[in-house]
Amino acid sequence: MGNWVENEGLSIFVIFVWLGLNVFLFVWYYWVYAFGKKYYYTTKLLGAALPLARAPAACLNFNCLLILLPVCRNLLSFLRGSSACCSTRIRRQLDRNLTFHKMVAWMIALHSAIHTIAHLFNVEWCVNARVNNSDSYSIALSEIGDKKNETYLNFVRERIKNPEGGLLVAVTRLAGVTGIIITLCLILIITSSTKIIRRSYFEVFWYTHHLFVIFFIGLAIHGAERIVRGQTEESLKKHDPVMCEQHISDWGKIKDCPVPEFSGNPPMTWKWIVGPMFLYLCERLVRFWRSQQKVVITKVVTHPFKTIELQMKKKGFKMEVGQYIFVKCPTVSKLEWHPFTLTSAPEEDFFSIHIRIVGDWTEGLFNACGCDKQEFQDAWKLPKIAVDGPFGTASEDVFSYEVVMLVGAGIGVTPFASILKSVWYKYCDNATNLRLKKIYFYWLCRDTHAFEWFADLLQLLETQMQERNNAGFLSYNIYLTGWDESQTRIGVFLCGPEALAETLSKQSISNSESGPRGVHFIFNKENF
Amino acid sequence: MGQIEWAMWANEQALASGLILVAGGIVATAGRFTQWYFGTYAIAAGVLVCLLEYPRGSRAKGSTLERCGQRYLTAVLKLLGPLSRNYYFRAALHLALSVPAGFLLATILGTVCLVIASIIYLLAAVRGEQWTPIEPRPKERPQVGGTIKQPPSNPPPRPPVEARKKPGEEDATPAGGPPGGPRVNPIPVTDEVV
Repeated sequence: MGNWVENEGLSIFVIFVWLGLNVFLFVWYYWVYAFGKKYYYTTKLLGAALPLARAPAACLNFNCLLILLPVCRNLLSFLRGSSACCSTRIRRQLDRNLTFHKMVAWMIALHSAIHTIAHLFNVEWCVNARVNNSDSYSIALSEIGDKKNETYLNFVRERIKNPEGGLLVAVTRLAGVTGIIITLCLILIITSSTKIIRRSYFEVFWYTHHLFVIFFIGLAIHGAERIVRGQTEESLKKHDPVMCEQHISDWGKIKDCPVPEFSGNPPMTWKWIVGPMFLYLCERLVRFWRSQQKVVITKVVTHPFKTIELQMKKKGFKMEVGQYIFVKCPTVSKLEWHPFTLTSAPEEDFFSIHIRIVGDWTEGLFNACGCDKQEFQDAWKLPKIAVDGPFGTASEDVFSYEVVMLVGAGIGVTPFASILKSVWYKYCDNATNLRLKKIYFYWLCRDTHAFEWFADLLQLLETQMQERNNAGFLSYNIYLTGWDESQTRIGVFLCGPEALAETLSKQSISNSESGPRGVHFIFNKENF
Repeated sequence: MGQIEWAMWANEQALASGLILVAGGIVATAGRFTQWYFGTYAIAAGVLVCLLEYPRGSRAKGSTLERCGQRYLTAVLKLLGPLSRNYYFRAALHLALSVPAGFLLATILGTVCLVIASIIYLLAAVRGEQWTPIEPRPKERPQVGGTIKQPPSNPPPRPPVEARKKPGEEDATPAGGPPGGPRVNPIPVTDEVV
């Protein structure tokens, strides 16, 4: 339990505060619109649908403010750097930015749904009241504004019946048009952000996500037509709704109840979102400025099984172990940035990334760097590269422990290249000063094909450790979860308890394939 | 852009559209909006779209993650043959289904979303994509004693010659030499395993 609090406590606290604020805003604004005197008559016309539309609107304001902040990664990097004084817990919190971004996105989707449904009722009832398809009180309230010098309560002034009336509102009113457009943008963003699309068809995700620009512009002007109406302050002084409610047929005829006057609420959303929009604009400008900084590719190495290594230099580039950078290659695509973990150590005078060729962009980069050609490439032929970063939790904490256990699975092994190299440099520099005495490294992957370069690094480190008579410093275990078809017989040997033998035997049988050309696990057990 | 399988996105969009149609339809029907029967239609159309789109098709490259419990619907879709395989048909179907829902404000969002899904499916169809069902991996468990012989009853490391009680046993070839250097086995070792 204590460990859980240690690891997750701050995250849970942040989430609770965020949820609490959502609940507070919802309840507060529901109360204002359901029980406030200003909206007394509006509630008479629209019932619970009005507060049920305004409460999620307030939450939407709050969440749309929040959603841009976790993706300002340069800002977060700056905050992380300046919080070096504070604990690593705060820095770790900042690294969960994408998780928070997704949670806020789901909350926006939820509140949009409630808001839209409530407004569907509002529009239906407002239109019905104008075509006398409602109770007489609502009809009477809606007629205010027909005469000269009257201000209206019901924003629908045409007398066109539903469903055409409602559709007309949706396409002629600013709130309707912007509402439909931005909801559509939101839906397209969500459907293109599912994991399967993000992981396999990144361009679809990335380009569709930029619909958020239309979303925010539409959101800012969504309330500009001021169709949410309430009684004005001066009117409330002269006409008390509680007193005058019953005498609607006498309004304007008796002294105490003049015809009430209404006005629309001014748009509030822009006040919430203008700050984060500005911050995000700055973020994109920073990324653009950084991308204009000159990056020189000093070396390109092709590794087996479709992996290439790019060694680069950039003036003023500083990194820590385990960080990642975003890379753009205008020759391949002018707009796409892709993240790669840095595989070089901070002690080296260049920085490097290892790239597996799996999709369009990486293939384009492969060709642009001339990796498909056999002959030596001139330096000037190498493409221009833009780099943003570095970002990410520096794993520099690894040096504050005496013993560390590093576990890397599949592609997750890349930051350990940086860590292990850095450990090596520090060791060579001043072995006695190094607090780190022992590394246990566990590597799980399907097969080492895609990471031959890493296997080579491990072998190199091992040889060098042996030369320095410290073979025990690095202990590594590699677990391969896939197997080559050409190895048909694999002996499995066990010495241990009966329960384990049973499990292992079953696994050996179930993982073996029938037929002579299949893979066979032959289970052998030591008996005592 | 060459390697994008548009049908994957079209599938997500169509599934979302189905849900939005159902939601809009429920609002119109439950609220007894004018001409609410369009809402009832939207519920039915939305359910149909969801059932059609729930089973994810298999990707051309790599393995595909199934949606939870989609096996049963996959079986039904397989029976439909070309009607489920062909994306031109799906594009046309979604376009046709979306039209009646466009008459109500409550369901028009569903209409627009489904039209967009139809357009993406059209793009997928033009690029020659097809819906192929995700087949479950055949789990063949060989009978014990079928292709795998009995595990050796005297596996290495073997006790010294004196301690061995049963002569003439079959042994599998040891994977590596027993520790302590190579030893000559007094009992001949044959490779019996397939």
